[in-house]
Amino acid sequence: MSSEVVLAVDNLAVEFATWGGSVQAVRDVSFKLHKGTTLAIVGESGCGKSVTVQSLLGLIPMPPGRITAGSARLRGEELLGLGAKALNRYRGKRIGMIFQDAMSALNPTMTIGDQIAETLIVHTGMSAAAARQEVITLLGQVQIPEPERRMRQYPFEFSGGMLQRAMIALSIACQPEVLIADEPTTALDVTIQAQILQLLESLQKSHGLSIILITHDLGVVARMAQEVAVMYAGQIVEQGSVDDIFYRSAHPYTLGLKAAMPGKAAHKAQLQVIPGSPPDLFAPPAGCGFHARCPHVMQLCESNAPPLFGTTHQARCWLHHAAAPVHPLRQQLIASSGS
Amino acid sequence: MLIEARKLRKYFRLGKDKQVHAVDDVTLGIADNEVVGLVGESGSGKTTFGKTLIGLYDKTGGQVVFRDRELPQRYQAEDYKRQASEIQMIFQDPYSSLNPRMTIQEIIAEGLLIRDGGSLDSVRDKVVYWLERVGLHGDHLSRYPHEFSGGQRQRVGIARALIVEPKLLVCDEPISALDVSVQAQVVKLLAELKQSLGLAMLFIAHDLSMVRYVSDRMAVMYLGSLVEVGPAESVYFAPRHPYTKMLVSSNPEPDPQHERARKDVILSGEIPSPVNLQPGCRFAGRCPLAEPRCRQETPLLRTVAANHLAACHLL
Repeated sequence: MSSEVVLAVDNLAVEFATWGGSVQAVRDVSFKLHKGTTLAIVGESGCGKSVTVQSLLGLIPMPPGRITAGSARLRGEELLGLGAKALNRYRGKRIGMIFQDAMSALNPTMTIGDQIAETLIVHTGMSAAAARQEVITLLGQVQIPEPERRMRQYPFEFSGGMLQRAMIALSIACQPEVLIADEPTTALDVTIQAQILQLLESLQKSHGLSIILITHDLGVVARMAQEVAVMYAGQIVEQGSVDDIFYRSAHPYTLGLKAAMPGKAAHKAQLQVIPGSPPDLFAPPAGCGFHARCPHVMQLCESNAPPLFGTTHQARCWLHHAAAPVHPLRQQLIASSGS
Repeated sequence: MLIEARKLRKYFRLGKDKQVHAVDDVTLGIADNEVVGLVGESGSGKTTFGKTLIGLYDKTGGQVVFRDRELPQRYQAEDYKRQASEIQMIFQDPYSSLNPRMTIQEIIAEGLLIRDGGSLDSVRDKVVYWLERVGLHGDHLSRYPHEFSGGQRQRVGIARALIVEPKLLVCDEPISALDVSVQAQVVKLLAELKQSLGLAMLFIAHDLSMVRYVSDRMAVMYLGSLVEVGPAESVYFAPRHPYTKMLVSSNPEPDPQHERARKDVILSGEIPSPVNLQPGCRFAGRCPLAEPRCRQETPLLRTVAANHLAACHLL
């Protein structure tokens, strides 16, 4: 794996002011994105994965949102705290983004071609005629048949899969270094999902893209990612290489997520379920956010928040403390950090 | 068979000489206490089949027989009232399928009150029983739908359907809008209710991996017709029809080594428009194995293994 860091996020914290008090949506999140690789951020709805990436691009409404701490540097250049004008030098240009719902992310009153051309004209100062040519090339790259005809159509004339392709064309139009894909295939059929994932993978190779992929589907993670961060209740609870996460899971939540996924091997085996639901982020529990649902909970977990243990493979769980009772999960972390 | 669709057909008119063949001559039965998973891509007609089966759409052709009695071609108000005690449905979108201005108690009790009369207070204990049965709390009675998460709302939908103690439950993509971990919770709940109540279910979904955990049999639908029907395990682990094979293999596995070794057998193209369909196999346009005869003759469902049917010329 390349060790060249494209994007580094450190100790990011985001909160939202509401009538009921402040919601701590993201707490102390740090990760690095390496060139040409895919980092998957996995978690359930409401765990803060979308807010994390949206706050990097200034896409959360402020107020009520507020970035209370942290930094995010694209090749050393700080992104947090920039005004809209300064941010526009990055978003859409050096950082592209694709969204879950392509139909509502695209402008229904503009043709697909005009929307992509607009990006090119604004960010690169291309002439309208040159932009039109470039649009045809881009639509071809994302394998939309008959690009000359399709570019003159409106979003409602596209199927869901084709719209997602058009949005990918839009996001890579200015040759970004980083592509953020927020649940890009959740709304699609599995067959179309497979096509889109393959397309993203081939574009990653041809363009040297570094991708942050947000998803709740561990199948998609296994298919696409080299690095994985598992989020729960606004925090990263485990991160490491894809093999660390799947074969040497070191956090009880990751184990629970894995057991809840339908696999191929298990022959009519019962699906395992994580009991309960995520905690209320109005008042995050004093201790570990997962303690109320954790099968391995100890007295300590209820009142003391665990730090991240480990080096390259990290887990936020007290079982990894040297004084904790010896537990198989701890061996997982020692094994992968040692290697 | 508890309920059986015989050559059930539903076309929608799109104006002169244009018809959408949403469901075309589908024959499918569900036995007592059996769960049949109905799987296919968006636009394959699976939801229309479910709705036509239970009379929410008028039938264009064919019959539906429920407990040896043929159901009307077109439902009148009293037909719905009679059938509703025996057949219930839960819907895909847990947000739009619950009335936001009714409390949970009113939502769950509504069917019971319409059927048996009485007051909200008189059925209170029953509502509490069902709330707890689906894993919610009795003190949620006076809350409104917006106070619940997607998974919890889906549980309310299940309680609402089951309180009238139906024989058949039609579940229209009840898990598609939920997180994977919550999907597992709902699937497990439905499997448990099937066991304890002796329910029969038609479980509609767009991919096979989760559905096989609840299904006894699975039926795969493509462009309005069934392409494969068989025992759930054999359809999933030994699919016969090229479409089913593609559908099973396109789902990524939560196993990085398996995924790195994946040989891409990606289904190209998208499901075509079901307007004015021509004869021939409906999958021929996307099938990597298609032969000339596939474009001329429509394949029929044939037995390919024990209790396992598939519609393909090449088998």
